[in-house]
Amino acid sequence: MAETITMPKLGFDMQEGTLVRWVKNEGEDIKKGDVLAEIETDKATVEVESSASGIVRKLLVDQGAIVPIGSAIAIVGTKDEKIELPAGDKGAGENAAPTSVKPETKPTIAPPLQAAPKTVLTAGPIPTTPITNLNSGDVKASPLARRMARESNVDLTRIQGSGPGGRVVRKDIETALSTGQSPVAGGPYNAPVVTHDDETAALTKLRQAIARRMTESKTTVPHFYVSHEYKMDAVLALRKEINEFLPENEKISVNDFIVKAVALALREFPNLNASFAGDKVVRHGAVNVGVAVAVQNGLLTVVSKDADQKPLHQISMNLKRMAAGARDGKVKPDDIEGSTFSISNLGMYDVENFIAILNPPEAAILAVGSARNVPVVDEGGEIKAGSRMKATISVDHRVSDGAEAARFMQALAKYLEEPLRLLV
Amino acid sequence: MAHITMREAISQALWEEMERDPAVFIMGEEVGVWGGSYAVTKGFYDHFGGERVRDTPISEAAIVGAAIGAALVGQRPVAELMTINFAFAAMDHIVNEAAKLHYMFAGQFKLPLVIRTVGGGGRQLGATHSQTPDAIFAHFPGLTVVAPATPEDAKGLLKSAIRSNNPVLFIEHATMYQVRGDVPDGDFTIPIGQSKIQRPGTDVTIISYSKGLEISMKAAAELAKEGIEAEVVDLRTLRPLDMGPVLESFKKTNRAVVVEEGWKSFGVGSEISSRIYEQAFDYVDAPIKRVAQDEVPLPYNRTLEQAALPQVEDVLAAVKEVL
Repeated sequence: MAETITMPKLGFDMQEGTLVRWVKNEGEDIKKGDVLAEIETDKATVEVESSASGIVRKLLVDQGAIVPIGSAIAIVGTKDEKIELPAGDKGAGENAAPTSVKPETKPTIAPPLQAAPKTVLTAGPIPTTPITNLNSGDVKASPLARRMARESNVDLTRIQGSGPGGRVVRKDIETALSTGQSPVAGGPYNAPVVTHDDETAALTKLRQAIARRMTESKTTVPHFYVSHEYKMDAVLALRKEINEFLPENEKISVNDFIVKAVALALREFPNLNASFAGDKVVRHGAVNVGVAVAVQNGLLTVVSKDADQKPLHQISMNLKRMAAGARDGKVKPDDIEGSTFSISNLGMYDVENFIAILNPPEAAILAVGSARNVPVVDEGGEIKAGSRMKATISVDHRVSDGAEAARFMQALAKYLEEPLRLLV
Repeated sequence: MAHITMREAISQALWEEMERDPAVFIMGEEVGVWGGSYAVTKGFYDHFGGERVRDTPISEAAIVGAAIGAALVGQRPVAELMTINFAFAAMDHIVNEAAKLHYMFAGQFKLPLVIRTVGGGGRQLGATHSQTPDAIFAHFPGLTVVAPATPEDAKGLLKSAIRSNNPVLFIEHATMYQVRGDVPDGDFTIPIGQSKIQRPGTDVTIISYSKGLEISMKAAAELAKEGIEAEVVDLRTLRPLDMGPVLESFKKTNRAVVVEEGWKSFGVGSEISSRIYEQAFDYVDAPIKRVAQDEVPLPYNRTLEQAALPQVEDVLAAVKEVL
């Protein structure tokens, strides 16, 4: 039965390969595993081994042809066997012509193998490369022994067979199991590998929007970043004190304090409460702080409007309502529009620090990490425990510069470290 | 429980069935006045008369053809072919008619026919009278092929064959009529199409039937002296073939030898080992060995004949190879 050899897929993203050179010509004997051709992918030049033994009956593409993966490149069969050319596949590739495929070059004058640099792909499977010394298929073993080895995770290659010709038989597996020599559960050679298929998921509208806006932002807006570490002991103590008077569903979060603090700091730094608009910068009158909320398959930014003027409790209650709506997919347009500055807080995930991509057209965004108990050096030079939180602001460099951002971060410290300011 | 010979067991089965059912009758060469070539029907002619114990001309085609006709119209003929070698002369009737009529007439006709015949070598009867072509007949769907190895099985299976509404080729072995064994008293039958463990064991499975079973049992006894416990499975029926006990045994021992008197090529051993490979591949610990007759027309010379036929020593050697 003639076998068709196809262009192998040699890398995750390989779509096609160039047939650089035929190593075997039509009419030549070939054994399974013999090199049939050399192909070039966008990563490397590699050898294609024949998956069948017999005679190379037909080479279907010219040297130099670009062939899509999976397309037939050659047919291997027996000498007189009638072969059928692949239907509609008159030699895949740009300059392939089945009538002129016969290579004129004889193997002896073909370029030497080393003429084409051979490199091993760093990623992606190379199915034509047998790892013979690790393959239990090369071990002579009875079917029963193979099954037992499989079931008890014994490496057949490490067992000396006692059967005829060194065949591994039941007794050998039993001996190996009883002496405990050869089971290699979790060992380096035959640790079982479970194959998980790739999964393709269509982009939701939300995902599409995120993809579009983030790509636009990261590729067109010149970002710069300033990080600061805040002493959180005072704000945490105040929060604890306030929350003692509040019912369970009205407790104020650390993030609520941050929103209020950011809003007050922005009032001092109108240039960071701004948007870049081509030939001008718009400094917004209102301080509307957007808060990123993780939702199913994406994120939404709900907006705490006029946060600089609203009491902490009101900010907190509004954000709770909007965040819950966003997670339930019942967000109101008004809740997600009009932000002039955004906060992304990953503090609940024990994140030390991260940086965010600007949410266009806003000029700045604050990425907030976790408040963590860390050793700190106090005024007297003593080391003691303290609560610290790192935050990083990303800024549109067309609008502002590092010094202004740094001063904003210092101003923010004033509110977070003396949190009574947030209550007046 | 009576300790009787195979001949007596077969004779009893025929006698009892003829007494039980007036539709049962015997026909064949020398079955009547002479009492049968192997004396199985001795006394039948005097007791049942010439109508029910019919001597026929020397024409196997006529015997089987007439028996088929009788079966089609409601009789239960037991046709005897003096040896299975002569069944070739009736081949068309056996495989083209007996095996197919029920099927080709869409079940409108039943064929309650038994063809008793004698196979096997070892009696210096020469190449044309000493064959064991059981596998040939077992090849055809529609034909039941039974070949017992013990008096009990012979009696119980022959009774089942006579009561069966399907054509049955009942093969007796020429050298086993004097084999003795315990046979239950009274009327009993043994179902067709059931293999049987004749000797339990743990180390290797020996599968055989008919004469092959006899030498397999002797081999198993020899092996036991060396501490090797062979489990011996008797197929008893070649078609329909019951692989259940064979596979069950093989999954326990993981090693098998198939013993038959016929030739190895395209034989019973080939069939059995193929089915084991197909149905119990993951239990195979060694290649299955076949013990069979040498691939020559069986010689007349006693020494050569015995050399060509499978012997206990051949079974022992095969078992040693698979262990």
